[in-house]
Amino acid sequence: MYEFNYHRPTSLEDVSEILAANDEAKILAGGMTLLPTMKMRLAQPSDLVDLSAIDGLSDISDTGDAIEIGAMVRHADVAGSDIVQNAIPALAELANSIGDAQVRNRGTLGGSIANSDPASDYPAAVLGLDAVIKTNKREIAADDYFKGLFETALEANELVVSVKFPKPKKAAYAKFPNPASRYAVVGVMVAETDSGLRVAVTGAGACAYRATEIEAALGKSFSTDALAGISMDAADLNDDLHASSEYRAHLIGVMAGRAVSTLGG
Amino acid sequence: MTTKVSFTLNGEAVSAEVDSRTLLVEMIRENLGKTGTHVGCDTSQCGACVIHLDGRSVKSCTMLAVQAEGADVATIEGVATNGKLHPMQEAFREHHGLQCGYCTPGMIMSSLDLVKQNPDPDEKQIREWLEGNLCRCTGYQNIVRAVKAGAQAMRADD
Ligand SMILES: Cc1cc2nc3c(=O)[nH]c(=O)nc-3n(C[C@H](O)[C@H](O)[C@H](O)COP(=O)(O)OP(=O)(O)OC[C@H]3O[C@@H](n4cnc5c(N)ncnc54)[C@H](O)[C@@H]3O)c2cc1C
Ligand code: FES
Ligand code: FES
Repeated sequence: MYEFNYHRPTSLEDVSEILAANDEAKILAGGMTLLPTMKMRLAQPSDLVDLSAIDGLSDISDTGDAIEIGAMVRHADVAGSDIVQNAIPALAELANSIGDAQVRNRGTLGGSIANSDPASDYPAAVLGLDAVIKTNKREIAADDYFKGLFETALEANELVVSVKFPKPKKAAYAKFPNPASRYAVVGVMVAETDSGLRVAVTGAGACAYRATEIEAALGKSFSTDALAGISMDAADLNDDLHASSEYRAHLIGVMAGRAVSTLGG
Repeated sequence: MTTKVSFTLNGEAVSAEVDSRTLLVEMIRENLGKTGTHVGCDTSQCGACVIHLDGRSVKSCTMLAVQAEGADVATIEGVATNGKLHPMQEAFREHHGLQCGYCTPGMIMSSLDLVKQNPDPDEKQIREWLEGNLCRCTGYQNIVRAVKAGAQAMRADD
């Protein structure tokens, strides 16, 4: 690991100040992605800004029609939260399917969606549930947030503060995990929300995206039968040692079907 | 840049002057001389380095020592009391849950966290929980048996 200066500020204002003063500074949340990357010397931040001492980033609250989860909430705390289990059980289950127990004890919601790894789970929930990402500067709708491979709408010096998940009428997440890492080879969130039926796919493309063909088919008839005739185009999908693009295309339909049947369709 | 890092290790106040890039596991092994916590992979996969940080199991190779400032840290050295093995350690011995023993400290620290949350785990729950702990020797059968027996002995002790 290259050398860096370590900071543990206690307010968001101080975070902004340190980030503004150091071009090569990076935020440190759970460190489960950033530290391994730094060990391999694939990242060389001049400064690390640890968010763990800032009050108010680790809360989960029920705001009536939504639940709001702070950026520093660990995966294990989302999985174990009564509020999340009652309002959006699919989200608690998704969090519990990430990596292993020790990764879930450190990794955070903010770190996961800021990183936007193509194989990560939370992006499917953020997009599928039509969440709103609150940053230190503004609110970003899920549909405008994921931009590409490890790329989001976050600007330099902008950090995720919390994510607001509207309570869906119903939602289910089905994932085909990589047997070693548990990252999603393909994961699909199917949700009936106030803004309509949403189907979000992770693992298959450069970043999470909505499968509009599947949304249209399920809109006509919410059943696994409705998916029978649909075949996904493999052209732009990920192709690597874990799975070919054709296999991923096939898995999208299979995972969507599993989520739909969990929901009684 | 070196910093003084202080925390509680197995109930005792400890501190060391470390680089900001020093990993927690390096500080525990090299500065504090507690070598029961192992480094198997150094890439966050194997769980040989699992310790407890404020009561929860974490991989100490994927944390900076500076992040543990003020924390309550527990390692395998703190598990036995007065020279007597903890019931979970005794269960690993009894059920041949180890061969070379390299993975064992991490297996035990991880299992103790499981039992805290779920005092009576079934085989499936044990296997799922130990997802992040790799063993190159045993084939896991006896580890799972040991954890089940250890949990039972801990319930009996309560
Ligand atoms: C063995 C292993 C298995 C894993 N399996 C899975 C899996 O199955 N599914 C899955 O989804 N993930 C998996 N992960 C990744 C894990 O969930 C990470 O915790 C997560 O992707 C990153 O979160 P973090 O809190 O650790 O972030 P960090 O590593 O601390 O940070 C990641 C990046 O986000 C930035 N960042 C962090 N917080 C913020 C913020 N609030 N605002 C702006 N930028 C920020 C950092 O600067 C950095 O660039 C796995 C990781 C490991 C090591
Ligand atoms: S040494 Fe930490 S996970 Fe392998
Ligand atoms: S006993 Fe040798 S690695 Fe597990």
